[in-house]
Amino acid sequence: MIRYALTRLALLIVGLFVASALIFVTLRVLPGDVAQLVAGMNATPAQIQAIRDQLGLDLPLPAQYAAWIGGVVRADLGTSLLTGSSVAGEIAQKATVTVPLGILSLVIALAFSIPFGVLSAMRRRHADGTALNVTAQTLAAVPVVWAGMMLVVVFAVWLGWLPAQGFPRAGWQDPALALRALLLPALTIGIVEGAVLLRFVRSATLQAVGQDYVRTAAAKGLTRDQALVRHGLPNVGLSIITVLGLQVAGIIVGAVVIEQLFGLPGIGRMLVTDVANRDLPKVQSELLVLTGFVLIVGFVVDLVHRAIDPRLRQAEVHS
Amino acid sequence: MSRGRWLRRLWRSSTGRFGLIVVGVVAAVALVSVFWTPFSTRRTDVADRWALPGWPHLLGTDGTGRDILSLIMAGSKTAVLVAVGAGAIATVIGLALAALGALTARWIRESTAVLVDILIAFPVLLIAMMISAVWGGSLWVVIWSVGIGFGVNIARVTRPELRRVLHSDFVLAGRASGLTPAQNLWRHLLPNVAPVFIVQLSWGMAIAVLAEAGLSYLGFGAPVTEPSWGVLLAELQRQITVHPIAVVWLGLAITLTVLGLNLLGDSLRDATDPTLSRGRDPMAPPREAIRHVPGVRA
Repeated sequence: MIRYALTRLALLIVGLFVASALIFVTLRVLPGDVAQLVAGMNATPAQIQAIRDQLGLDLPLPAQYAAWIGGVVRADLGTSLLTGSSVAGEIAQKATVTVPLGILSLVIALAFSIPFGVLSAMRRRHADGTALNVTAQTLAAVPVVWAGMMLVVVFAVWLGWLPAQGFPRAGWQDPALALRALLLPALTIGIVEGAVLLRFVRSATLQAVGQDYVRTAAAKGLTRDQALVRHGLPNVGLSIITVLGLQVAGIIVGAVVIEQLFGLPGIGRMLVTDVANRDLPKVQSELLVLTGFVLIVGFVVDLVHRAIDPRLRQAEVHS
Repeated sequence: MSRGRWLRRLWRSSTGRFGLIVVGVVAAVALVSVFWTPFSTRRTDVADRWALPGWPHLLGTDGTGRDILSLIMAGSKTAVLVAVGAGAIATVIGLALAALGALTARWIRESTAVLVDILIAFPVLLIAMMISAVWGGSLWVVIWSVGIGFGVNIARVTRPELRRVLHSDFVLAGRASGLTPAQNLWRHLLPNVAPVFIVQLSWGMAIAVLAEAGLSYLGFGAPVTEPSWGVLLAELQRQITVHPIAVVWLGLAITLTVLGLNLLGDSLRDATDPTLSRGRDPMAPPREAIRHVPGVRA
């Protein structure tokens, strides 16, 4: 386990390095004169030089990269070109919207995909199982923005139960109010991501149905469904863990689009604004934080999976 | 298996037929819209605005009196363009990375595999934002970001397949009978990984359609002057409290297109899978693969 963890950690570090290098090359090296790009066509030479000094663009590229990464390691993500505020501080503040949104979305996705996925597999020869499968297949094809709009029409415009847009200015001081603001956005991401997950749960369950241990348990007197629930589902659970990393990536992307739709002041919306404003130093650090997060989640998921799946531990003993 | 047989098998499955028909219809509509739409997409008519579905506006009109059906038809052109463009780029990148990861010296093979594993963690949307932060938004951003993102995914799926075929007897026989590596690749390796590859491509195009909608909605894709489903989503969103029906049709059109491509991919997988006969055994689990790529949904 320790050897595996160390190898996996090395891969994570290589991954973070490659990711940061790619981001750096794309945003700093490829554009040519970044200062000109950021300043715009009508900037005076003095303005351009000021940006150049601020970004350290006169330094050699490896030194610029080292300065950036050196800062990131010390949790200094640089400052915004437009506002001059600290990027790390702003991300931390916006995370108070995006992190709860992500967690809520994941919980919703899991809460409806696991039971319905198992059900649609167990009832696959019946009308209800087929209907579930068709619904999931369709929901997985729905554009997430549009899903959000439809939910707004139903729950905000027609029924008036939930707010259509925005987040309370006071943030989490009134938790109920903040939660209400996040409910529709989280439901949107949760349903669309959950539909993808449901199809996965379904196929994992179907796979379990065909396994020898389920057949043996059935032969020993359990009904097929009992055998599946008792012996098959733990294995389905394990396969769900393996795709959790993908789900988190999906939720981040969903959050970028959905925060825009619902006007939520989160990390995704900040990124969209910064890209539109060409605040390159800020975009650079934001992209690194997001991809780094995806890579770290993948790392944790792999370790957890390794730790709890007895088959993988066995394989290690034998190898 | 001959090509005719799996095409017939594809048509025989209900999902395969559905996928083929939907994809065919969308392609046809896109082609027609180049020459003709029921109304001009630029034609605004205040007297006709907020029309409900009926005649002459089959799907109604928006707040400026534009014909929704015509807008959706014109947008399908952009969707097809993006799907085909992203598909082409994904093909080149995917095959190149798969070949690098399967056919070269060991250290290149293994570093390519590690690189692919890392790149796959980059959500397409973040690639798109990275590109548009520097070069501004355009359809090219969508095409390139989906092409890169999905190309990496194709590489990951195709590489083991290529490795497997590489060690098969007919490739060895080809080499023994004096084929150069390039000839062997073209004649034996590529045709044998083609099924896996086409399936991936079909799913990749579905993702391209969703990505176009999402990225253009955010303003990183098609320019607002261009007819595009994503731009239209953003425009109709502003009218959603007054006239929600207009955006319903648009969403259904996108969903149907994506569903068609997804189901086409699913059925292609089943039709080209030589082990499918196992699927007839009632106890055997249906062969389902995840086609989910991190964060490409938009």
